[in-house]
Amino acid sequence: MRANRTLEIGTGLFVLLGFAALLFLTTQLPASGLKLGSARAGFRVNAEFDNIGDLKVGSPVTMSGVRLGEVTDIHFDPKDYKAVVTMHIDPQYNQIPEDSFASIETQGLLGGKYISLSPGGLDTYLKGGSTIEQTQSAIVLENLINKFFANYSTSGQSGANQSGGNQGGSQPNPGKATDNSGKPESHK
Amino acid sequence: MSNSGARGNYLLEGLRRLGSVALFLLQLLGQCVPVLGRPNLLLKQIYNAGARSLIIIMLSGLFVGMVLGLQGYDLLQRFGSEQALGIAAALGLLRELAPVITALLFAGRAGTALASEIGLMRATDQLTAMEIMAIDPLRYVAAPRFLGGVIAMPLLTAIFSVIGLYGAQLVGVQLMGVDRGTFWSQTQGAVDLHDVSEGLVKSLVFGIACSLIAVHEGYHAEPTAEGVGLATTRTVVASSVLTLLLDYVLTAAFL
Repeated sequence: MRANRTLEIGTGLFVLLGFAALLFLTTQLPASGLKLGSARAGFRVNAEFDNIGDLKVGSPVTMSGVRLGEVTDIHFDPKDYKAVVTMHIDPQYNQIPEDSFASIETQGLLGGKYISLSPGGLDTYLKGGSTIEQTQSAIVLENLINKFFANYSTSGQSGANQSGGNQGGSQPNPGKATDNSGKPESHK
Repeated sequence: MSNSGARGNYLLEGLRRLGSVALFLLQLLGQCVPVLGRPNLLLKQIYNAGARSLIIIMLSGLFVGMVLGLQGYDLLQRFGSEQALGIAAALGLLRELAPVITALLFAGRAGTALASEIGLMRATDQLTAMEIMAIDPLRYVAAPRFLGGVIAMPLLTAIFSVIGLYGAQLVGVQLMGVDRGTFWSQTQGAVDLHDVSEGLVKSLVFGIACSLIAVHEGYHAEPTAEGVGLATTRTVVASSVLTLLLDYVLTAAFL
């Protein structure tokens, strides 16, 4: 009887572990599966971008290269055709100026995307539900290459400035998180 | 002349063995439904094959995952894309490493135990005694062990995958400083249900193959001390080779 009991407990433990692992693999791992969201301390901030590149839920949000939080939701706003990114900021970072500037940068040359915040100058701070007004979209490498070749070929032929070059001055600068030289897209 | 005759015998013997394994599989499958009506027998074998392999599977999974994390990080950071570590570890584990290594460990840990146990029953005439008492040893000895192995293998593989993934995360995130959110979000972005099911189908096939070979070798072992030893050795060799061979076939079928 005693031996039978350990046998049943052992088997039960094994089967439980096995099915827990299966459940994890099928529901938590693929992006299509259900996500068990856990309510954490901190606050949520929104930002609208023209183009988020391949930013994903779970991508980090940083300032000066230090991780402040992560992206918790991305959805499309059908009214002004923008991507709305919701970020979760950890509770100790409650003194980020409200007019801070958010840009989507790339980790390494081909790595994943993350959001870099650059501090503004206001005395009011971001809090739950705030929206970051000034944003800069992801730099899509293919577009940049296309633009480069377009510039190259037209300037080679005529030397005239081409119509599509309104953003030709923006440089990919993935290494510097606090770079402020990029032109913010002002919102109306 | 005698040389070619010996070779012919060899060939015939191989054919006979293959046929006997196939027939044995059919007989076992026929006994599987009655075994389900006797859950106690099955429970004991799931415990033997599964629960008692848990420690070795978890330890191996952890270290395989950690090695994957180290090697993957070293390779990926050369291209400046160490964020993809999660993808590399998850796909490598789910699709290949977890099913194959679990099957190899299973063959070594549970397969040998099955083969020697049944072989010893054969050698000590226990199986014959059962037959004389009109108890079908195929139903009461072989089939529960076979089915227990088949049920245990996918569960062991899933446990291996999860522990391995956390091992890779341990090295990548804790030691090497890959961002935790990036690690998991990139992994979730790249892993598909298809990858999970590939690993599951593989583990199920390996489970059938390894359990079948173990039970067959034990059941048909020569009733001597030497024969039982030989059956155990053959179980490990045949299971390992067959696992790797089937792995190639299944991978080709899934890609």
